[in-house]
Amino acid sequence: MKYVLLLMGDHQDAECGDQSGPDPAEFMKFDQEITEAGVVVGGFALEGPETAVRVSADSESEELLVTSGPFAETGDFVGGSYVIEVADIDEAIAWAKRSPGARFGHIEIRPVAEY
Amino acid sequence: MTTGPGEHTAAVAAVLSRLGAEDRSRLLAVLAHRFHDLDLAEDVLSDAMVAAMERWPEAGTPDNPAAWLLTVAKNRALDIVRGDAVRARRLATLRIEDELVAGEARDHSEELVESFGSARIPDERLNLFFTCSHPTLKTSEQVALILRCLGGLSTAEVAAGFLVDTTTMQQRLVRAKKRIRVTGIPFRRPADDELPERLPPVLRVLYLIYTQGYVATAGPAHVRPELTTEAIRLTRVLAHLLPAETEVRGLLALFLLTEARQATRSDAEGLPVPLSRQERSRWDSSLIVEGLSLVTRAAGEPGSGGYTIQAAIAALHAEAASFADTDWKQIRVLYAMLHRLEPTPMVALAEAVAISRSEGPRAGLRALEEVGLEGRRPFHIARSIMLREVGDEAAGAAEAERARRCPGNDAESAFIDL
Repeated sequence: MKYVLLLMGDHQDAECGDQSGPDPAEFMKFDQEITEAGVVVGGFALEGPETAVRVSADSESEELLVTSGPFAETGDFVGGSYVIEVADIDEAIAWAKRSPGARFGHIEIRPVAEY
Repeated sequence: MTTGPGEHTAAVAAVLSRLGAEDRSRLLAVLAHRFHDLDLAEDVLSDAMVAAMERWPEAGTPDNPAAWLLTVAKNRALDIVRGDAVRARRLATLRIEDELVAGEARDHSEELVESFGSARIPDERLNLFFTCSHPTLKTSEQVALILRCLGGLSTAEVAAGFLVDTTTMQQRLVRAKKRIRVTGIPFRRPADDELPERLPPVLRVLYLIYTQGYVATAGPAHVRPELTTEAIRLTRVLAHLLPAETEVRGLLALFLLTEARQATRSDAEGLPVPLSRQERSRWDSSLIVEGLSLVTRAAGEPGSGGYTIQAAIAALHAEAASFADTDWKQIRVLYAMLHRLEPTPMVALAEAVAISRSEGPRAGLRALEEVGLEGRRPFHIARSIMLREVGDEAAGAAEAERARRCPGNDAESAFIDL
């Protein structure tokens, strides 16, 4: 089955590379591990949430608005993701547990919809 | 002598009902494991039951009804899978694509069923136990799934046991089965190194089923025997499937020793009778003997934990000739052990009661001060009893009044009024 591991951060938390934040080397090490295991079928890493641009309709005028981040009111943001193909949710959970993303922020696992 | 079609149908119905919970859950487990789809397994098993009702009256009941049902159910499942691209893809990735090759498939599954033989249908129920109590399912879903898939209760009975209406329980089961399918919860026994993490949720579900039957949380009755019976039956199955796991046997011992007192726990009007006033000669001695033998063995093994300790406490009660003869000192020691293992307020409350019995009500009241369970009925009942024992009638009565205002079942409320 295919799952997406969404590596989530919180606006309140220290940034990657900061003094108290996660060490980028840990993420690189995990990336190497999961890639070498041959389960990764896709994924991406994102620039920081402060670079986000939002397009949405104004609740009253329904006019489309373009605004710039960070959108701290949302709390969580997606920092990156892996699309993995593994046998079942247990294997997906095992990978998520090995990722430093589970300790700095959290990881949301979502099954990819099949049609 | 010839028999009419009506009698045949009745005979078929009798065979099907004799299949009972054991066989139904075993067939369901085999199908769920094979097709990795609990919904599909349930559907095709009921289809097979219907087919049996139609065909057996004319063709006669097969020598091995379970194997017949399994063959029919499997063929039906293969037909469904072939007509469903998403399911077929999923199954193909599960390495049983050979069964999907039309033509060969039927022969192949016939052969499998034959090799199962009458008593040789493989027991895949252990997989189903772990699937149904997977940590990604909500507790209420785990309980419903275990009772419905491994237990012998109908959806309506499960609903009644947990005081929700049948529609709500149906929806809960549908959601739970969808979650299993969509999130890809596996139908497999966890590896040995996963067991320490995966077994406790299974035991907790069984414990919840038993306690829901043992002390109804609301409603008119104090006990629901169908739930306690089912919890014991399921725990026996699990103990049989996992003979090396000490805590499973500890849990079974706890249930048996508790169940042994069942007949004396409420009076003719259904009001609860406290341990001190229970008629010990009416305790079920065969359950006690079995429970004692299980707990004696479990307590000496390295894997014993909270359930075995609770069983050991129940064993001390079972062995005492009277309430006064109870070894409260030993019980207190066991509760202290349990408290270290499970630092919960309910265990602290039980420990305080044991302290009160072994060292007197004043020591008990002091221990109660550490227990943060204000607003919970058992806490106020215990406090009320201890206050009356130290001679403070007024405070005891006020405490009983507090207990009465806490949520609980009607029979308990009447008990506090006594």
